[in-house]
Amino acid sequence: MPTLANYLLASGILFAVGLGGVMLRRSIIIIFMSLEIMLNAANLALIAFSRYGLVSGHQVFDAQILVFFIITVAAAEVAVGLAIIVSLYRARQTTHVEDLDTLKF
Amino acid sequence: MLLSAFWFFATLTIAFGISVILLRNPVSCAMSLAMCFISLAALFITLDATLIGIMQILVYAGAVMVLFLFIIMLLDLRTEKSRRLNFGTTLGGVLVIAAFLSMLTQIVLSNPQFAQTIPTLALPTPDNVKMIGMTLFHSYALPFEAIGVLLLSATVGVIVLSRRTLR
Repeated sequence: MPTLANYLLASGILFAVGLGGVMLRRSIIIIFMSLEIMLNAANLALIAFSRYGLVSGHQVFDAQILVFFIITVAAAEVAVGLAIIVSLYRARQTTHVEDLDTLKF
Repeated sequence: MLLSAFWFFATLTIAFGISVILLRNPVSCAMSLAMCFISLAALFITLDATLIGIMQILVYAGAVMVLFLFIIMLLDLRTEKSRRLNFGTTLGGVLVIAAFLSMLTQIVLSNPQFAQTIPTLALPTPDNVKMIGMTLFHSYALPFEAIGVLLLSATVGVIVLSRRTLR
């Protein structure tokens, strides 16, 4: 039987993979995909706590409701983010973050 | 049985996650991300969260990935030309990730509360969908309405952003 630590470590490693993608990749689309991986790693931890933390033998579904809301917000975020990337590409003809340094000090 | 399913799908999820950040072609990255989400949905189902697992496949592996592939093909993104990595940022990134992982491992392995195996439920077959529906519409009716407004404003925002000239 898998322990809670197994799930938390899997979730943490997945989060670290997403964090690595955000910090090491230079294409804005791949950075956006890595953000999605990080959101999903948090979801895995929430679902694991929801299954392991029983109250007198019964499951409490609050964590799963939170995951439901996170999935909805992430869908809205993807739509808006990709629209921003498209209008950025129209203005600059690039998706490489090092070429988008107008706001850099 | 559950343990082998956990190891299989956890390995698959992390392997496809790593291939998302290592592959150079954006389309291969998007396909790896879809596989990562599908195996994550399988992990949710091993935790008895059937509805969330199905939603994960429908929303992420379905809608979100189609949107990503659509944008990749609309912008006609090719394989990235490999540029020289900035040494400072690479070193900083690797250090932050190593610190995060070592701290997490220490905390998770030191606390005996996290070493418990999966507890058995009082009801043998929990009606997942029914219970989530009850919780959602009893305790979380107002956030549910708010999320509807959020989706509407996101839709309007996307339409405004994708007009040809912003005024």
